[in-house]
Amino acid sequence: MKIKSEFLPYLLILPAFAYLMFFVGYPLAQALYLAFTQNGAFSLATVRRAISDYYFWTALKYTLGLAAIIVPTQVILALVLALVMNKSFKGRDLSIYALVIPLTISDVAAGLIWYSMLSPYGFLNKLLMNIGILDNPIYFFGYQFRHMEFLAIVLAELWRATAIVFVIILAGLQMISNEYLEAAEVFGATYWIKLRRIVIPLLKPSIQSALIIRTLFAMQVFGIVWILAGRDIPILAGEGFYQLTEIKDYGVASIYALVIAGLSILLGALYIKFMKAEYLEVKR
Amino acid sequence: MNDETKYMLKQLAFYTFIFVVVAWIVVPLIVATLYAFAAPKDYYDPNKVIPLHFTAKYVKTILIHLGAWEAIKNSVVVALLTIAISFTLGIPAGYAIAKFIFPAKDTIKLSIVALRMFPIPVMAIPLVILYIRLNLIDTRLGVALAHTAMALPFVVLITSSIFAGVATELEEAGMVFGLTRLGSFLKITLPLALPGLAAAAMFTFVMSWNEVFVASVLTLSHRTLPAQILSIMAGSSGGAAPDYYKFAAAFIMTLPAMLFVFFARKYLITMWGISLK
Repeated sequence: MKIKSEFLPYLLILPAFAYLMFFVGYPLAQALYLAFTQNGAFSLATVRRAISDYYFWTALKYTLGLAAIIVPTQVILALVLALVMNKSFKGRDLSIYALVIPLTISDVAAGLIWYSMLSPYGFLNKLLMNIGILDNPIYFFGYQFRHMEFLAIVLAELWRATAIVFVIILAGLQMISNEYLEAAEVFGATYWIKLRRIVIPLLKPSIQSALIIRTLFAMQVFGIVWILAGRDIPILAGEGFYQLTEIKDYGVASIYALVIAGLSILLGALYIKFMKAEYLEVKR
Repeated sequence: MNDETKYMLKQLAFYTFIFVVVAWIVVPLIVATLYAFAAPKDYYDPNKVIPLHFTAKYVKTILIHLGAWEAIKNSVVVALLTIAISFTLGIPAGYAIAKFIFPAKDTIKLSIVALRMFPIPVMAIPLVILYIRLNLIDTRLGVALAHTAMALPFVVLITSSIFAGVATELEEAGMVFGLTRLGSFLKITLPLALPGLAAAAMFTFVMSWNEVFVASVLTLSHRTLPAQILSIMAGSSGGAAPDYYKFAAAFIMTLPAMLFVFFARKYLITMWGISLK
């Protein structure tokens, strides 16, 4: 049998597309069913049970708070690093290799690595005490120190996930044609003017996509928080995990999954809207 | 101050900055590795910043008695299954997007990008019910199927850019000389795309290797490495795990990733579109 070639691309895409649709659609439908029904009838009992829990709002607050602190810091840090690494200097390749190492390190491992830096007998405390800067160790872990746990999570996340932002921005930076910069130089532009008027505007799409990727993944943050703070710092994915594995409350766990999915769709939609606006500007 | 000293100072500041940045990434890795093998009495000695006595005891305990070795085997099986399934499904789709022009192509591409953003790992929670029904719960295949859903958008997008890099003319020439479309794909495009596909496969491997949420939710006795480590180390339940076990666990998890960066660093970087000068 000969397949008409105009259908061929669709047939090639269909298996992958159907697979993805199933793995998004089925859990979504199941989650909605678990969250909004009881004994086969529509009910808000599960929702009420979820949102009356102190941990629900705290988890929402901490998840958004972590993202709000970590993501912008990462973008600024990565932008500075990318600008520096885009110059040519001795040891540049080696420095780039070092910077991308965290790309392959899991969040669980990153949490444990930073535990070895920050624990009471960890590297940082012992170093600072031996130099004489500190008399007593700084405690980062334990419920009574949860502000410091928050800081430890921020540090570990900055260490682990700035690499992906760096890679995206550096790739964007390398696509900027040198001719623009040379033209600006001819007209006597300083480094700062070139940066503000040429480089940053042309980098906008890269910065935006890095921003959204990191924001969406920040909504699902789990391993690093679970290792460093457990439930001292509640987060949405962690509470979903806890409800499922410890309480065995599938309904409430599903609500946490739905909240994360909802936040992701909302933020993703905002992102696409911004991107479209960006394209229009370029066309005009 | 003359120009020369000014230049020297600028250079000095520049290299100091590079040094600080590289140290910020590398020092925690070195510390974690040293502490993984440090004797506990050195670790708990406040005057020894760098341990001097070493032991492999705790790495061994974690590997053998706490199930990490079994978990490593599970991780490898899951990751290989994920690569096999996601490439079987993803390569045809990537090829179609790269080599055909058809209506709705942009919509399809955009929806794949959107699916990549969807929090598929978290969706493992409602998936549990289906898995119990299908007897997939606590199986390596079950985790691999969910990991495939997570990796597939990436595989489709990356393979399409790999295939787009192979000249269509070569394939057309093959067809002129009597190969079928499938034949010319298998004999011409696929071999030329192989290095890129290998890099994509390695990256898929790392994605699955590092994933913890799905694996923790869907398995109990067939845990992958991150899930196993999480269950014995996590702050809330296993907070009692002594520090030196935590460091040993960190080392076991990080080593394969480091080896990966070492062997695949060139591919890894070009895959994201960075060129080294």
